[in-house]
Amino acid sequence: MTDTALPKTMPETAPSPLVAGARHPIVAFIQRLIREKPLGAFGGGLFLIFLVCGLLANIIAPYAANETNMALRLEAPSLSHWLGTDHLGRDLLSRVLIGAQLSMMVGFLAAGLATVVSIVLGLLSGYLGGRTDMLIQRFVDAWMIFPDLLLLIVVVSIVGSGMPQIVLVLGLLYGIGGSRIVRGAVISVRENMYTHAAQSMGARTLYILWYHILPNVMPVVIVLFTTRVGAAILAEAGLSFLGLGVPPPAPTWGGMLSGDGRTYMYMAPWLAIAPGVCLTIVVYSINVFGDALRDLLDPRMRGSR
Amino acid sequence: MQAFIIRRVLALIPTLIFASLIVFVSMRLIPGDVIDQMMAQNDVATSADRARVEASLGLDQPMYIQYFRWVGGILRGDLGNSLWQNTPVTRQLAETLPITFELGLLALIVALTVAIPIGIYSAMRQDTAGDYIARSFSLLMLAIPSFWLGTLVMVFPSVWWRWSPPLEYTPFFENPIANLSHMIVPAILLGLALSAVTMRMTRTMMLEVLRQDYIRTARAKGLAENLVIARHALRNGLIPVVTLIGLQAPLLIGGAVILEQIFVVPGMGLLLLEAVFARDYPVISGIFLVTGVAILLINLLVDLTYGFLDPKVRY
Repeated sequence: MTDTALPKTMPETAPSPLVAGARHPIVAFIQRLIREKPLGAFGGGLFLIFLVCGLLANIIAPYAANETNMALRLEAPSLSHWLGTDHLGRDLLSRVLIGAQLSMMVGFLAAGLATVVSIVLGLLSGYLGGRTDMLIQRFVDAWMIFPDLLLLIVVVSIVGSGMPQIVLVLGLLYGIGGSRIVRGAVISVRENMYTHAAQSMGARTLYILWYHILPNVMPVVIVLFTTRVGAAILAEAGLSFLGLGVPPPAPTWGGMLSGDGRTYMYMAPWLAIAPGVCLTIVVYSINVFGDALRDLLDPRMRGSR
Repeated sequence: MQAFIIRRVLALIPTLIFASLIVFVSMRLIPGDVIDQMMAQNDVATSADRARVEASLGLDQPMYIQYFRWVGGILRGDLGNSLWQNTPVTRQLAETLPITFELGLLALIVALTVAIPIGIYSAMRQDTAGDYIARSFSLLMLAIPSFWLGTLVMVFPSVWWRWSPPLEYTPFFENPIANLSHMIVPAILLGLALSAVTMRMTRTMMLEVLRQDYIRTARAKGLAENLVIARHALRNGLIPVVTLIGLQAPLLIGGAVILEQIFVVPGMGLLLLEAVFARDYPVISGIFLVTGVAILLINLLVDLTYGFLDPKVRY
């Protein structure tokens, strides 16, 4: 697993401002995304819908997520309950919406934390090199031999289950794994002329890291963040499914597919559909969006996974 | 080659040391009150028992001594005793590991039989409708969580046709057919998840190879297309796919944990979950360590195979 430094030109810092003019670079980038990667743009749009649903869940959900109604247990989908009700008479649509909120929170917080960890470790390891690099990389090697889910289960068994713990553990888990990718990018930026120029002018290390290295590894970081959002959402669902995630009655998608609900699915099969479909769509959309971003922002990562 | 093997094995040592530290430190993070809980759950109440439990976890010693004693135990094949069943962890692992291994192996067979033909087809018909369908399928399989697919397989056949997958485990050597008919459903689900990445990889590699000069030469000399693919393209294109097996091993084990739970396969994953809920830390740390080492060895094996398969690789 050696990342060799590639002496080559780096992708631009900002989303490529090659379409000049007065347009804001982000607008220009979105136009380019739609033109060159329609599937990716579609995925981004789909994900955005779920994100908005999650943000507004408390407003648009027709019922409270944990509002029980024993008279309306296991109702099939109807006009008043679009997705039906579960074994406690709770409205499934409302639960799925609040579930979106929980998933998005876990996804973004964990991916955010992971990105910070990856940047710090990647910068240290890649820029300082030498013994620091050796030590950090051997640690990352060891860390990466453990399956994600296994690490999660073990750590959760120690620190207990709950939203903050899951975010923390997922953040560390993906952060340490992702530092490899940031490190690779840092090493190739480190060899650029402008870095050497700054070094020879006596700039302080922190200054160089902040103004020269970090902006140039941003494309890699953005792609990394996107892929981690999906991975974190999926991992949280898996943990909640095993009963180790955010504890009930919180309506997590994974939790809705396990536990008590499971026994009633044979009578009310619709209970098994909505959470899984949402989960699949969210992960699928963020994956294709991430793939498209990678192709546009960071040609070097193309085809890797 | 011999020098390469030696170097590659020596390179494992620092990784193993760090891995053992990760397992060790994570087990030392167990907060004190958990021991109380563990005691309550395991029906040991007196303070003498508490001291015994602490001693069995080695908590009454300085940190570094604890570590070296623990490593020493591992090197002698002693992973401690289960707090719950009071049997050696190694014995529990010996019972469950082969089952998970069988599940993984079956899943791998499923994944390769699905992914390689489709991957080759996709590459040969690049940018046709078939290629798009295959690629969309693989993207979808990456997104569908296996526990949802497992739930659907449990629920819908039962609702529609009053059939559900068998959930009773029979050892393979007792009755291979009963064993396989139980294992095959989780193996297919696990294999499908794995096939997505394998398919993408096979397609990319085949596309790469099909552009090579020697393929053009083979075609130019009038060789039938089937033979071009079978003799020239496949042999070179599939070599990198081997490495994927190593890369996918963690995914395979992670997926096995979930599917073993759904389909009641008494493998290592089920043992782990039981241990987590019983707070049986010696078992947890044993599984943790053994999995890590197993994956390390699989990757070593894959690397060595790779060097053997591809004579161009000179280390």
